[in-house]
Amino acid sequence: MSTGTRGPAALVLEDGRVFRGAAYGARGRTLGEAVFCTGMTGYQETLTDPSYHRQIVVQTAPQIGNTGWNDEDDESARIWVSGYVVRDPARTPSSWRAKRTLDDELVRQGVVGISEVDTRTLTRHLREQGAMRAGVFSGDALGSDEQMVAEVLASPPMKGADLAGEVSTDKPYVVAAHGETRFRVAALDLGIKSNTPRLMTQRGIEVHVLPSSTSAEELLALEPDGVFLSNGPGDPATTAHATALTKTVLEQRIPLFGICFGNQILGRALGLGTYKMRYGHRGINIPVIDVATGRVAITAQNHGFALEGEPGQRFDSPYGAAQISHYCPNDDTVEGVRAFDVPAFSVQYHPEAAAGPHDAAPLFDEFVDLMEKKA
Amino acid sequence: MPKRTDIQHVLVIGSGPIVIGQAAEFDYSGTQACRVLRSEGLRVSLVNSNPATIMTDPEFADATYIEPVTPDFVEKVIAAERPDAILATLGGQTALNCAVALHERGVLEKYGVELIGADIDAIQRGEDRQKFKDIVRTIGAEVPRSRVCHDMDEVRSTVEELGLPVVIRPSFTMGGLGSGMAHTPEDLERLASTGLTESPVTEVLIEESVLGWKEYELELMRDKHDNVVVVCSIENVDAMGVHTGDSVTVAPTMTLTDREFQVMRDVGIAVLREVGVDTGGCNIQFAFNPADGRMVVIEMNPRVSRSSALASKATGFPIAKIAAKLAIGYTLDEIRNDITGETPAAFEPTLDYVVVKVPRFAFEKFPGADPTLTTTMKSVGEAMSFGRSFPEALGKAMRSIETKATGFWTLPDPEGATVESTLDSLRTPHEGRLYEVELALRLGATVEQVHEASGIDPWFIDQIALIGEVGAEVRDAPVLDGDLLRRAKRTGLSDRQIAALRPELAGEDGVRALRHRLGVRPVFKTVDTCAAEFAAKTPYHYSAYETDPAAVSEVAAQGDKPKVLILGSGPNRIGQGIEFDYSCVHAAIALREAGFEAVMVNCNPETVSTDYDTSDRLYFEPLSFEDVLEVVHAEQQSGTVAGVIVQLGGQTPLGLAQRLADAGVPVVGTPPEAIDLAEDRGAFGEVLTEAGLPAPKYGTATSFEGAKRIADEIGYPVLVRPSYVLGGRGMEIVYDEESLAGYIRRATEVTPEHPVLVDRFLDDAIEIDVDALFDGEDLYLGGVMEHIEEAGIHSGDSSCALPPITLGAQDLDAVRRSTEAIARGVGVRGLLNVQYALKDDVLYVLEANPRASRTVPFVSKATAVPLAKAAALVMTGSTIKDLRASGVLPAEGDGGRMPADSPVAVKEAVLPFHRFRTPEGHGVDSLLGPEMKSTGEVMGVDTSFGKAFAKSQSGAYGSLPTSGRVFVSVANRDKRSLVFPVKRLADLGFEILATSGTAEVLRRNGVACSVVRKHSEPDPGTGEPNIVDVILAGEVNMVINTPYGNSGPRVDGYEIRTAAVSRDIPCVTTVQGAAAAVHGIEALIRGDIGVRSLQDLQAALKATS
Repeated sequence: MSTGTRGPAALVLEDGRVFRGAAYGARGRTLGEAVFCTGMTGYQETLTDPSYHRQIVVQTAPQIGNTGWNDEDDESARIWVSGYVVRDPARTPSSWRAKRTLDDELVRQGVVGISEVDTRTLTRHLREQGAMRAGVFSGDALGSDEQMVAEVLASPPMKGADLAGEVSTDKPYVVAAHGETRFRVAALDLGIKSNTPRLMTQRGIEVHVLPSSTSAEELLALEPDGVFLSNGPGDPATTAHATALTKTVLEQRIPLFGICFGNQILGRALGLGTYKMRYGHRGINIPVIDVATGRVAITAQNHGFALEGEPGQRFDSPYGAAQISHYCPNDDTVEGVRAFDVPAFSVQYHPEAAAGPHDAAPLFDEFVDLMEKKA
Repeated sequence: MPKRTDIQHVLVIGSGPIVIGQAAEFDYSGTQACRVLRSEGLRVSLVNSNPATIMTDPEFADATYIEPVTPDFVEKVIAAERPDAILATLGGQTALNCAVALHERGVLEKYGVELIGADIDAIQRGEDRQKFKDIVRTIGAEVPRSRVCHDMDEVRSTVEELGLPVVIRPSFTMGGLGSGMAHTPEDLERLASTGLTESPVTEVLIEESVLGWKEYELELMRDKHDNVVVVCSIENVDAMGVHTGDSVTVAPTMTLTDREFQVMRDVGIAVLREVGVDTGGCNIQFAFNPADGRMVVIEMNPRVSRSSALASKATGFPIAKIAAKLAIGYTLDEIRNDITGETPAAFEPTLDYVVVKVPRFAFEKFPGADPTLTTTMKSVGEAMSFGRSFPEALGKAMRSIETKATGFWTLPDPEGATVESTLDSLRTPHEGRLYEVELALRLGATVEQVHEASGIDPWFIDQIALIGEVGAEVRDAPVLDGDLLRRAKRTGLSDRQIAALRPELAGEDGVRALRHRLGVRPVFKTVDTCAAEFAAKTPYHYSAYETDPAAVSEVAAQGDKPKVLILGSGPNRIGQGIEFDYSCVHAAIALREAGFEAVMVNCNPETVSTDYDTSDRLYFEPLSFEDVLEVVHAEQQSGTVAGVIVQLGGQTPLGLAQRLADAGVPVVGTPPEAIDLAEDRGAFGEVLTEAGLPAPKYGTATSFEGAKRIADEIGYPVLVRPSYVLGGRGMEIVYDEESLAGYIRRATEVTPEHPVLVDRFLDDAIEIDVDALFDGEDLYLGGVMEHIEEAGIHSGDSSCALPPITLGAQDLDAVRRSTEAIARGVGVRGLLNVQYALKDDVLYVLEANPRASRTVPFVSKATAVPLAKAAALVMTGSTIKDLRASGVLPAEGDGGRMPADSPVAVKEAVLPFHRFRTPEGHGVDSLLGPEMKSTGEVMGVDTSFGKAFAKSQSGAYGSLPTSGRVFVSVANRDKRSLVFPVKRLADLGFEILATSGTAEVLRRNGVACSVVRKHSEPDPGTGEPNIVDVILAGEVNMVINTPYGNSGPRVDGYEIRTAAVSRDIPCVTTVQGAAAAVHGIEALIRGDIGVRSLQDLQAALKATS
């Protein structure tokens, strides 16, 4: 695995730090926001998670690709990360489900990566300095440090980026319920993962996945029993349309459940602000405390923005009383909001997991309960 | 949910002596528990018979009972202490079994004591195989198909259904004792019948074979609020069929997708909840079929286990400490993560490194034992290592384990090895199998072929192939440049491995010189539980090589405190165990108190020394010269290194002393030259001559002819051994020329560099062991121990008494004078251990070791003086006068002058014979000799020798009998001395059985006894059973058998002793041992054996001295 066979590559950060390693995946240049992800399993799910759109993902787990690439674990139709940074890629994958190597898949999908980087030094740097713009350069794209830094500085920042439209489905589609159809849910695709409709359909929900540009009229025309706001990439401050749509749903008192980006949208609809975190939460080991029960769930997370608020804080919204219902005890970040006078709640983490633990899966049951009460 | 207020006093049960399957990890967990509970303001009582543990230091509990961990004695402790609750989940299977027994006897109810951590129901749901299987099925998960059987008929009918092979697992045994895989009907008969015997409830599980499946473990924790976290996942490199304690294991799992991992996690959590472990840790094992991903649950331990210690060290998440907090009512989110200092313990650690554990075996100690690895654990220790990749961590682990080979290519390939022979050998699991993986690949086998033969996952095999490819590049490159060298180091190659590949580099030193010239050095990373997501407050480091030029080291610069590095003792093995860790930990504590920064270097995950709390900084690194030198360098970069301590960790660090000093490292304490002097027989002989001290005659030989000449001159029997060994490796007593020739033949490595020592063997001498401190001026005699067995039994296997029971004032004076002369002559600064033999009133010096000995913790506890702490301070410049003034040592007197009424402490060794079987399934010989075979020790302490000895036997082997039958068969020379003790046994009401020769002598002396036929005597046609049959039938309660002639399968003694071992009854093999046993039995029959805390005993000692 020498740079001799793979050729050299460089990861360049906007603050001028350069990390050198070997080319991995496709050769060329890619730009995006450098973020680190601490999950030890689930790289296939991570790579295909639309929330990572326009991000260069650094895996802190040092050996990646061990189980190759299979045909079942994709969370969307493609790899979304803009670049991939690892320490040691596997040469021979081992899994009875593997169809090809991760390297092959990265090449096939044109994802530029870099290996043999000291990912720990890089992660500590991002932790201290914050997530920042970066570029991976290999093959003909490799230039002088100054030149590469200039290219990185010329790329757009994540703050202010409106990306949901770029990852959303073009056309609505329906995922049928398993067994008897008990509810119809309109799921606004802001970067939805495959496992989300899967978990809903298992609960007798017919899921109508809608483009992010769907209008309030189109949504209401479906006469949904509930509305779901998915996860997705970008700055929640740019989502005027989705926020407006959410306000309509709240006014109509249709049960609403949001996750991740959807949590930020519900929060904004309830009048909370959002901000960009220094380096975000990206991992599958993150504790969340439910204010109502005091219990801890270990959750999968992937967010660089968060809602403003204090753990347990109650506040008045245009739609009545609400509360910061969940928080992360590591840093007191807001991890969920709940409205008391309208049937709506959301969480900042991923109850659909994939990758990650299933501790929060009962939240989908809670959504079902809301719809049952309403019915 | 804060701390419970209804518990003020907790009794912690320890795990007793170190045995295979239950080692130092329970000292680590118990010590953590005691610390936590006391810091929470609770009164802590502790019972543990193992004096070599840190937890039994009087500072760690309010009342420390060094008493046998048996229901009888623990009940006495409960009666004396009246605790509110018992914590038994941190003391291994021993503590758990003891708690269950106390419950069954109604003791817990009688005294109103609550079991915290896991209650009886949960323990039984987790441990009872059938109940456990039902639980797994209840939650919708799978288990291997199986049935619980109580007799051989049930076993046979079950196997008819399941088909062979099957796994046999006895219920309620530890470390998989008695379990195994039956491939044939013969295997089945043998293993199942042994298993039924081993199980205290006569129960075995017969189970569908999942041989060759991938094996995983999860370490989980739960609090009383039902929060559950997975602390660590572990993958076994060796497939199912090898006990996890004997497998090479890796954390985190390497070859599971997230989907599979999360299914395993869900099942683990559901099982934990259903079993109902209220609070604390548990460990669950899983098997995955690599062909289709079918997952089955194998077993669970509803307690902190060996794997928990490994997981704690691998992740930085201290399971035992947190389990103790959970047990008294805290929830995970209320407990802080020590490493980050800010985030709570309610999270799952994530690793940005790879951890590899390699087991350490001791088959060479048990000739005849079957070295095949099975579901019964056989390893005696382990080493763990960190790397930034599997290859790097594996390389470090392989050199941490301190076997002859220290990584690939460091020993010549086996002669005549071919691809076929190597693949064939891989089919049977055995020690060092990964060497054969590399060899097979190098000889041309494919990854797939190696996988098929070994069952090892192809990913791991490919990683070894990668190491091999890098090795080949290193070997073949025209020039070893910086890039290639850096890549080789990043792949885990040691300087020694590179030197083996590039002979022109003039060895390891040449490689290191080149490496340093090219600027190729490791960076030091931090174990931080969170993959760098949060800043780490606790300096817990490991080294790694990075090729990325941006890589940085994380060892922060320190203040102006001088730093002292303490080199630990590496993996536990027979001869170098937890006792040395005890001394290292004490040094760290003493040096921190004295204003130094203590820096620990060690690679043994079981120990207290590798707890990040023990020292100011911990480096989890191999104790190889290369790795130690890099740690010293890193420490010098970040501050001032005042000294490196090599004397406390046993032979491992001692062996590095000279090279470290030569490299300019400030080795403190006894200088390396003095260490050499004590080890060099010639030079040491001169010291003795000069001081006028006698030593047994000896000579050094490099061939059979030379050895024969010496033996003829000094007379048989002679003691032969290789030079430079610990634990008596390869040592034998040889009675004639033929055996001498045999010894030399077996010792294939006799060369001018590795000569053989031939000593006169002092028959019938009393052996004396001394631990002393010397500062260049004054001697402090720490303790004088009199061995109960005669000289010739390795001191580590011999029981001994302190104060000495038969030595007079004159003898003690001679011991003191001789010890001081040796200390002065050798130039000791710190600890010195001397072994003497007293024969015909002459005190012979057998050997002197200028280092901490195995008996330091025993002496410290028996005399209430912290010897190792004092030694660390002497090594860093204090004098004995200073220490007497400051109170570390007593103001007056020492361990050589114990008050007349001081309690007697007896140390007894614990031997692992019953864990080994020959390939044919027979027991191995339990005979003691000059080569050490014990894995651990216990201490019995009481007002008189008999009581103390009885306690030591109870602690080591279960109890001495107080009635029943004793079988006696002794060598002719011992018959006279045994008449009296055997007569006493008869008077006490025992029925005596004897072989005809022994019976004749006994009868003539008026001892009534029945004659039993020897195993080798033909059946005269009466059909009466021979003695082996009688023992195996469970009709004998104790055996007294002294050896006549050489050990070997054809000798009757061997058959008798192995039968005793397999029935687990006391088997005394020396005259002195028999006399001591009689003392003990008398004390037991009188029934006046009480319990007394160490604090109490020591206060009494201090008051009278």
